[in-house]
Amino acid sequence: MEKYLQIDGVEMTFETRKGPFVALAGIDLAVSRGEFVSLIGHSGCGKSTLLNLIAGLARATAGTMLLANREIAGPGPDRGVVFQNHSLLPWLTCFENVHLAVERVFAGTEPKAKLKERVHRALEMVHLDHADHKYPHEISGGMKQRVGIARALAMEPKVLLLDEPFGALDALTRAHLQDELAKLVAATGSTVVMVTHDVDEAVLLSDRVVMMTNGPAARIGEILDVDLPRPRDRLALATDARYMRLRTQVLQFLYRKQLKEAA
Amino acid sequence: MSAANVTSISFKDMLAKSAAAQGERRAAAANEPIPAPAAAPPTGKPVVYVRTRAPEWAVRAFAMTLGIAAFVGLWAILSKASGQLPDPASTFEAAVKVFGDPFYRKGPNDQGIGWNVLTSLGRVGLGFGLAALVGIPLGFMLGRFRFLSDMAAPIISMLRPVSPLAWLPIGLLIFKAANPAAIYVIFVCSLWPMIINTAVGVRQVPQDYLNVARVLSLSEWKVFTKILFPAVLPYMLTGVRLSIGVAWLVIVAAEMLTGGVGIGFWVWDEWNNLNVKHIIIAIFVVGVVGLALEQLLLLIARRFSYA
Repeated sequence: MEKYLQIDGVEMTFETRKGPFVALAGIDLAVSRGEFVSLIGHSGCGKSTLLNLIAGLARATAGTMLLANREIAGPGPDRGVVFQNHSLLPWLTCFENVHLAVERVFAGTEPKAKLKERVHRALEMVHLDHADHKYPHEISGGMKQRVGIARALAMEPKVLLLDEPFGALDALTRAHLQDELAKLVAATGSTVVMVTHDVDEAVLLSDRVVMMTNGPAARIGEILDVDLPRPRDRLALATDARYMRLRTQVLQFLYRKQLKEAA
Repeated sequence: MSAANVTSISFKDMLAKSAAAQGERRAAAANEPIPAPAAAPPTGKPVVYVRTRAPEWAVRAFAMTLGIAAFVGLWAILSKASGQLPDPASTFEAAVKVFGDPFYRKGPNDQGIGWNVLTSLGRVGLGFGLAALVGIPLGFMLGRFRFLSDMAAPIISMLRPVSPLAWLPIGLLIFKAANPAAIYVIFVCSLWPMIINTAVGVRQVPQDYLNVARVLSLSEWKVFTKILFPAVLPYMLTGVRLSIGVAWLVIVAAEMLTGGVGIGFWVWDEWNNLNVKHIIIAIFVVGVVGLALEQLLLLIARRFSYA
């Protein structure tokens, strides 16, 4: 399989007042085109740091990272990021928030009408075309997160990076958005790297679950292949033996092998 | 027993009403129900109270009217007691005359109150406008670059507490004329709040928004127009509001010293004429204009504030 996103020997060391702090040590990971990979681990294990490195928001202190055979040297619109706290600009409407991203990527090559159409299509995908004129404070948390996803998808990124995208939502909204995300990813064939701390979310959505050891000097502990057929139905899976087994494997890694002292 | 209970209940009710009036804004924002007054303690026989509440705005309007009436009353008593202070009624009569012809011109030192107020507002506008042109860009730079801010910090901290009037002689020295010197004093005193508030606003731009700018790799111009400027705008408008407030305070004093036309000069001129009624009128005019400026800027700030 083609290695689309390739991470080789990546290390991340932060300079602190108490001396260097090694957050990540020797991370090797390859993600294929169209693959959905989750990063899971206890808080502080550096999974968000790894995502930030892929996003280009931070530079790795060692190692190489390639996306479609090009080195990741900084942030860029070829990687769509969905932040945990939606990060919509409060003075722009939903439409304008998405338009800002679309304009950045396509304004050079496409006429204005086409850009608008792209924004409408993106909002339609997340079922928010009716709320395009609304401001972020006028819509619910789940809707904001959907606009965030629309903004990231509208750029047609090579890889979609999700940083605990549903962490701030209530359980029902979260389940609903997970299903929507699964459909969107299936429809667009997106390559996704998602940071999560939710075992069910990881198993339900991913092709592979990357389990990280506790920091400092976190590394990849195990990688679990989730060979459940798609589309996946959360109700059917709730009693599915294979699903239970996969879920237990992640839980065992987190709570037996990597049990963290209560902070 | 029953009668005592009734009075205590109605007093509680009043308390609840005034508390509700004070906390009205907060309650409305949080969408909390206004706490109901405490229930009547058992009196043996059930008593049914039917209370109809006056609407919120009526209570507030009543309180304001009462406050103003008390103020005018106190003024009347003081003027009776002192014998020198003009009483409210005669001041009102004088005011009717003054406002009856606000735009007359009888030579450079005798003009209607309208001209005086407009001249003062003009000076404030010009001095403030120049200060905004300098202060807002400077504030953006100080907020964006730590080094510049460290450079400027000791100077701003030292000059900010200086009374604007202390700058007047320097202005007279430089400009050799009263009018530009007064404008320059307004410029100096308007400058600090705008620099400081803009700089603080720039530093408070949430990292999340800047991260959005980075992952989209927006151009510097887009970062400024779509992220920095809207994020800083509420802080900037606070700076503007504080500046205009200070400028309106200072203009009266500055004009007393420089003379010419203007509300401050008018006060001084009427003092020389021993026309105390006109001084009191001037105090009200200065207050009302200041209040209007403040409300206008609050209105603008609300228009530009995002939730």
